[in-house]
Amino acid sequence: MREAGRAETVTEPPRPASAFSCTLPTMEPDGSDEWLLRGLRSGDEQAFSTLVDRYYGSMIRLALSFVRSRAVAEEVVQDTWLAMLRGLGAFEGRSTLKTWLFSILVNRARTTGAREARSVPVADAGPVVDASRFGPSGEWAEPPELWIEEAESRVDAEKLRHLLRTAIDGLPARQREVVLLRDVEDLTSAEVCEVLAVSEGNQRVLLHRGRAKLRQALENSLRGSIDDLSGGEAR
Amino acid sequence: MKLRFFGRQSQPLVCQQVVEMVTDYLEGALSATDRARFETHLAGCPHCTEYLAQIRETIRLAGRITPEDLSPEMRTDLTQLYRRWRSEG
Repeated sequence: MREAGRAETVTEPPRPASAFSCTLPTMEPDGSDEWLLRGLRSGDEQAFSTLVDRYYGSMIRLALSFVRSRAVAEEVVQDTWLAMLRGLGAFEGRSTLKTWLFSILVNRARTTGAREARSVPVADAGPVVDASRFGPSGEWAEPPELWIEEAESRVDAEKLRHLLRTAIDGLPARQREVVLLRDVEDLTSAEVCEVLAVSEGNQRVLLHRGRAKLRQALENSLRGSIDDLSGGEAR
Repeated sequence: MKLRFFGRQSQPLVCQQVVEMVTDYLEGALSATDRARFETHLAGCPHCTEYLAQIRETIRLAGRITPEDLSPEMRTDLTQLYRRWRSEG
């Protein structure tokens, strides 16, 4: 295997084939993270600016899942960028840049201590669909109300995003973190586990609960008429 | 462990069990047996099929949430941060 090569390497050990290839000499200027990372290392301010544009919003959103105030979240994000730059020399590209950035951020946000210790593995138990919606033998008594067509053809996209954002904000923190990373940021389950330092199993449970709550929120708001959307927190 | 949770392998699943298996199904985390039981149930149950479709739609919609833009002030702060790092050498 590659163990021998790894042992004698001084700076960059060989990486698995799946990892990205920012040191390959043939790299094209394609605007990819890997390309920008190269720019960053050579002091290209524009590359940094592009990366910041790409990830700032996601980072703030994720940070706000850990800390309560906007100001603290912004601080955490700034700290994360600085830590990322300082760690650049040691970054080997075993994870994607995004995963790495998010990992740094989660560590920072947690140590900021703005939130209580998070030692409870998986909070909130019980079925994800209210038991009252099933009959005695476990079949649907009150089946899912239809809303997909409503969402796809009749609801304004911005309203829909607002609705979903509100629903995500309302999730318990650990479910929110997993849903954000997995479904909003489109990380793989392995990457989510790496960023949040949770097991695959826990990740799945949290995802399961979070998604079910979002679905319920969509059902509540979209069933029947579009007018329901303007009620409550939408204003 | 899964077997205890979702009932005996030989028994057909009921809706209430199916909704609890949706994420494991989508994540490819079900055993071949449970996957087959899940799909058999789905084939005969429009409500659970709709539930699964709604979860898929929920995931799709979540993927379309756009992050907020960077404020000019924050951009300036971060640019300065980069320059500071660069001068650290």
